[in-house]
Amino acid sequence: MSTAAALVVVRPGPLTTVQDLGRVGVAHLGVPRAGALDPPAHRAANRLVGNAAGAATLETTLGGITVRAEGGPVLAAVTGAPCAVRLDGRPAAWGRAVLVPAGSALEVGPAEAGVRAYLAVRGGIAVPPVLGSRSADLLAGLGPAPLRAGDRLPVGAEHGAPAAELAPLAAPPAELVLRLRPGPRADWFAPDTFALLPRHRYRVAAASNRIALRTEGPALTRAVPGELESEGMVLGAVQVPPDGRPVLFLADHPTTGGYPVIGVVPAADLPAAAQARPGTPVRFSPLRA
Amino acid sequence: MVTVRRVGEAGLLLEAADPAALYRRLLAERATGALGEVAEIVPAARTVLLDGVADPGRVARLVAAWTVTAAALADGPLVELPVVYDGADLAEVAGHWGVSVARAVELHSGIEYRVAFCGFLPGFGYLTGLPEQLHVPRRATPRPAVPAGSVAVAGPYTGVYPRSSPGGWQLLGRTPAVLWDADRDPAALLAPGTRVRFVEVA
Repeated sequence: MSTAAALVVVRPGPLTTVQDLGRVGVAHLGVPRAGALDPPAHRAANRLVGNAAGAATLETTLGGITVRAEGGPVLAAVTGAPCAVRLDGRPAAWGRAVLVPAGSALEVGPAEAGVRAYLAVRGGIAVPPVLGSRSADLLAGLGPAPLRAGDRLPVGAEHGAPAAELAPLAAPPAELVLRLRPGPRADWFAPDTFALLPRHRYRVAAASNRIALRTEGPALTRAVPGELESEGMVLGAVQVPPDGRPVLFLADHPTTGGYPVIGVVPAADLPAAAQARPGTPVRFSPLRA
Repeated sequence: MVTVRRVGEAGLLLEAADPAALYRRLLAERATGALGEVAEIVPAARTVLLDGVADPGRVARLVAAWTVTAAALADGPLVELPVVYDGADLAEVAGHWGVSVARAVELHSGIEYRVAFCGFLPGFGYLTGLPEQLHVPRRATPRPAVPAGSVAVAGPYTGVYPRSSPGGWQLLGRTPAVLWDADRDPAALLAPGTRVRFVEVA
């Protein structure tokens, strides 16, 4: 009789969560989208082990993770933030499939650059889905809780053929350039605020998380006083709270919000935001409406 | 008339005099395929957001030409929630309303509400229907933990906390109803459009 393969968490790292491509079609119930913050890295890790893009991976934060394979060998791959990968203490490949024999430990080391590494295993992390997704949602508290030492994660059986090569991924940014399409509430700000945005220098604030990338820098001036009634929010929305510092909504963003959105960052620029460490310079690059 | 604002690459923020009627119309039009692919339809206080729209330019032109009237508002399902009216702020709310506690309970449970939209927490519905003279401010200092099932009022809304969370609404009572269960279908007891009555129980 064979036991199904599983990963046992030896060292969870500062924050490691299960993530896939997130929840769709439930925002009207107040359920955030969640999902991998760096989708290209998540997808690449899955491709390397032969998974579909929607298979769940582990998303680490700065400090990596150590897991042990149980019940059978596991084919694993690490992408995203560059880091040392070790198998039972010996150097192993980053960005390539690594076979982890039953009983062996795979260590994803601290990020050498960037923030979030992705660990995929062939068959995917097979925790039960909630509302169509296995993603942990740190705003709404849906899906599996952040991992703790001793957690046992079932590994699924469904997979295809692994891809031999890693498609090149963008390096973590030295400067985060965020293109910004104006609206829907750009008219709530002083004239020229949007046009003059590229002159301002911001930095990624330490309070950034899966919900939002927060910035430090010059305050934007509101032209319309008073409050905006709550309205629906999208991924990449740049909300401006009363302190005037732009806040970029990431995957765990609330479904509605009451601060005006000056513009929206295209989805293609968000993986870099997911890998930008606190202190990284941020520049907004306005697009036409 | 529907005002349309673009939201990024694939979103549209729509504003109409009656957002509940606009939401209904959007659901009906999506069901016929008239909107093409739309991932999310998110009603809020005055607006409805469309997100993940495959052809936002076409949908923007289509929707801008609509006339949305309250007549388009069909009746949603009715949910009755049993409530023990023993909330920590009940006397204070009765004071705001200028009535006795017993009368405050009669007033709150005598109205048929409608879920205008959800937000804040999964399954937290913002229920409209309170007449303007019963609108009360939020608490000056939010509570760090409001128990699950708490029935509360703030501004033009009443609602029920689906789970324990920080909160600044005024607490009138509690319901044993399970507002949110991710393993249940539907997970949310109160979805936009649902009609709600609160029924006093001892």
